[in-house]
Amino acid sequence: MAAEPGGRTVLVLPDVAAPPAAARRGRRWPAFSIGVIAGFVLLAVFAPLLGLPDPQSQSLRNRFKPPVWEESGTWQHPLGTDRLGRDLLSRIVWGARVSLAAGVVTVLVASAFGAIVGLVAGYYRGRVDATLMRVTDATMSFPVILLALILAVTVGPSFANVVFAIAVILWARYARVIRGQVLTLMELDFIAQARIAGAGAWRVITRHLFPNTLNTLVVLVTLQIGYVIIVEASLSFLGAGIPPPTPAWGSMIAEGREFVTSAWWASFFPGLAILLVVLAFNLLGDWLRDTLDPKLRQL
Amino acid sequence: MIRFVLLRLVQSLVALAILSVVVFILARATGDPLHLIMPMSATEEDYANARRYLGLDRPYLEQYFSFVGKAVRGDFGMSLRARRPVLELIQERLPNSLKLAAFAMGVSLAMAFPLGIMAAVKKGTGVDRAAQVVAVLGQSLPTFWLAIVLVEFVAGRLQWLPAAGNEAGLASYVLPGFTLGWFVVAGMMRLLRSSMLEVLDSDYVKLARVKGVVERRVVWLHALKNALIPVITFAGIYFAILVTTAIVVETVFAWPGLGRLAYEGISSRDFPVIQAVVLTTAAIVALISLCVDCLYAVIDPRIRHARS
Amino acid sequence: MPLSTERPVVAVRDLRTHIVTRWGTIRAVDGVSFEVGEGETLGLVGESGSGKSMTCLSLIRLVPRPAARIVGGEVRLDGDDLLVLREEEMQQIRGRKVAMILQDPMSSLNPVFSIGMQVREAAAMYHHLRGRPLLERAASLLAAVRIPSPEARLRAFPHQLSGGMRQRVVGAMAIAAPPRLLIADEPTTSLDLTIQAQYLGLLKDLQRAHRLAMIFVTHNLGIVARMCDRVAVMYAGRIVEMGPVRRIFREPAHPYTRALLASIPRLGARHDRLTAIEGQPPDLANLAAGCAFAPRCPDAMDRCRVEAPPDHAVGERHVTRCWLSAP
Repeated sequence: MAAEPGGRTVLVLPDVAAPPAAARRGRRWPAFSIGVIAGFVLLAVFAPLLGLPDPQSQSLRNRFKPPVWEESGTWQHPLGTDRLGRDLLSRIVWGARVSLAAGVVTVLVASAFGAIVGLVAGYYRGRVDATLMRVTDATMSFPVILLALILAVTVGPSFANVVFAIAVILWARYARVIRGQVLTLMELDFIAQARIAGAGAWRVITRHLFPNTLNTLVVLVTLQIGYVIIVEASLSFLGAGIPPPTPAWGSMIAEGREFVTSAWWASFFPGLAILLVVLAFNLLGDWLRDTLDPKLRQL
Repeated sequence: MIRFVLLRLVQSLVALAILSVVVFILARATGDPLHLIMPMSATEEDYANARRYLGLDRPYLEQYFSFVGKAVRGDFGMSLRARRPVLELIQERLPNSLKLAAFAMGVSLAMAFPLGIMAAVKKGTGVDRAAQVVAVLGQSLPTFWLAIVLVEFVAGRLQWLPAAGNEAGLASYVLPGFTLGWFVVAGMMRLLRSSMLEVLDSDYVKLARVKGVVERRVVWLHALKNALIPVITFAGIYFAILVTTAIVVETVFAWPGLGRLAYEGISSRDFPVIQAVVLTTAAIVALISLCVDCLYAVIDPRIRHARS
Repeated sequence: MPLSTERPVVAVRDLRTHIVTRWGTIRAVDGVSFEVGEGETLGLVGESGSGKSMTCLSLIRLVPRPAARIVGGEVRLDGDDLLVLREEEMQQIRGRKVAMILQDPMSSLNPVFSIGMQVREAAAMYHHLRGRPLLERAASLLAAVRIPSPEARLRAFPHQLSGGMRQRVVGAMAIAAPPRLLIADEPTTSLDLTIQAQYLGLLKDLQRAHRLAMIFVTHNLGIVARMCDRVAVMYAGRIVEMGPVRRIFREPAHPYTRALLASIPRLGARHDRLTAIEGQPPDLANLAAGCAFAPRCPDAMDRCRVEAPPDHAVGERHVTRCWLSAP
């Protein structure tokens, strides 16, 4: 760790034990996670070009067709159809757009805002820090789903509302963690040296503090995408998320709910999709954390 | 110690006060409730009368203070929809939510503790891997999906447990409790495991072993007490989450709790109900926070002696 | 300190400990042999990574598993080989027969338990005491390490004590039994200079009082001069020179020892530059054949790079591993 006054960014490497205690398992690339995420992203991005049946076209004649491997299944609807005869596979693919977009956008917004708050609070400390942390704590304890419900009833359910409702509470988590990191970083000599060399607050924060929090941010962001996807699905399930007719995994599960015995696939496959995507993000986040900054084990 | 508790109490009250303002504004933001209550044939005059009767025509500031004044005394007004005192509604529903949350928490901790500790002690072995799989699945599974599947199979096909309501005694707690607590098991287990791993690596544990303390005592006394510190914070947070986000589970299992009350209140724009539910929730969270901090101070002497 | 002619308290023969890492297997302790008698202090000197701490941990079989393993050798305590004992039997040895003081007093004591609890635990385990006698024994242990107001201190918590005090508490726990062998792993490195001197004096007194055999790990040759009767210099997991302190200081036989001694600046002597040892510390995962120090040795011969030198005696109880000293 070399201190460089004069504005060059100094990267503080995580402690590398010499030698590391045990040969660690899972040093390989997280193939499963990357594969699944890449798969869903590609499906989502190229959905219109895939030649799938229209996710919104209803056909009462085709209601509740089972998946292709069951008796009356056909290849026309490989995963079956729902109660309005809409193709399930197509709806799942289109639903991926919604879920992934909601997850990524929300997390980016929340992390940007939260990181700024955390950096400022950690850098200035004192009154600024105390006030910001009060606000942060108060925010963290507000139930996300309740807020989203209220918004849905007031302004009407929409993608923007979902993102807003979740982000407006999620940022607090980032603020807390980044602030903690900044407090630790401020103790290190290279910050003192930068200030002695005349660096102002803006410079110190952007050039020295922020790059050293990137590791944490990346890990946190990845781990939170899964959480947001589940919250979005829960909201859609309750009817307060993405409104019909846009296909959303949560509302698909809600629609198929009453028919779990007879037409199990209508609720099962959307749920499976959620599970796979969230699992992939969580595993990826774990791997990133183990690689980039093991001290975050407690997250 | 007393100073510590008092300080935290004051902080909680301040937070609640802020929250009451936010709640007041939000509740009003849900729109005009009268449209949902009044019959179709109501005239302008009927609306005016109703407004006056319900106190909705007074200036906002006045409404707020009357709301706070009464709330402190426990009077949350009348539910616009059910025409009953909101306090009554809450008194009916809150215990159900608390009981469910407590059950879920209890079961989760009972499962997470041994798993987390074993996973740390036997790091790298089959037990550890299995526990990690359970944990990651627990955090990746959408609970309402699990709930639906469980309702269908365990309650529907196998008829082992009731599908809805809380009529059937302990049996009715099982499915909703398990569904609610599932992700807590995952989170707590991981946290306990990583906390234990960190503690087991510490110098003071090394010294205890050097002293010749038996390994069992090293793990369950020397290590665990330290490992519990971060776990307690999260236990508190999780419990608060359980109480406040039980909406989904309560909906699926038709559990007559606070979550459903909130849902109904929001759908019918029942201000008093919405305000009361959010405030109650916040008060519960604040109380839990306070207890957690106190528990912290009991376990970790460094916090007790610190001058804040 | 005159050495008794009886059997040494601890006799180590060809101790080997390996650590498996993803970069290869590290021979952290590579054939270490030494003896320490009653009332005698052996210093263990070397750079970071030379194997000093790992040797000490190997003596009490607390190497960090699962990566590290003791793969060979003998550790005889009063004649009995510790390496063949079962873990339960080993737990009976630790603390009672062999005690250890760790380096960092700030993290050696459990922060959530009182001093009293931790000291009482030791006394209770070794002497099966309870109640009042236990309390009194704990207080007397604290008094033995010169902690003022010992009874009051029992109720205190580690964070309320200074570093020096904490290290004394650790010392109190170490002599609670009292043990046959005391291993001190750089106990004063984290202490202030003035406190260091006091602590070293305390250790010496305790040793005399209980006739302890002591192994003192340090990288500070000044402390070696003060505290130790004999010293073993370690490099890359091997002892390269061992002998009485006076001899080693006056006539170091191994080039590494010579370099270490030369790099200490001396008051009064004129130096234009400070002497440093050339080269890099060895890559323990990829040790070449031959003498480990050869790459950095100013007097290396061809033979040194090919064949690892065995022990050669160069004086009374003074051995070294160097071809230069070969007859």
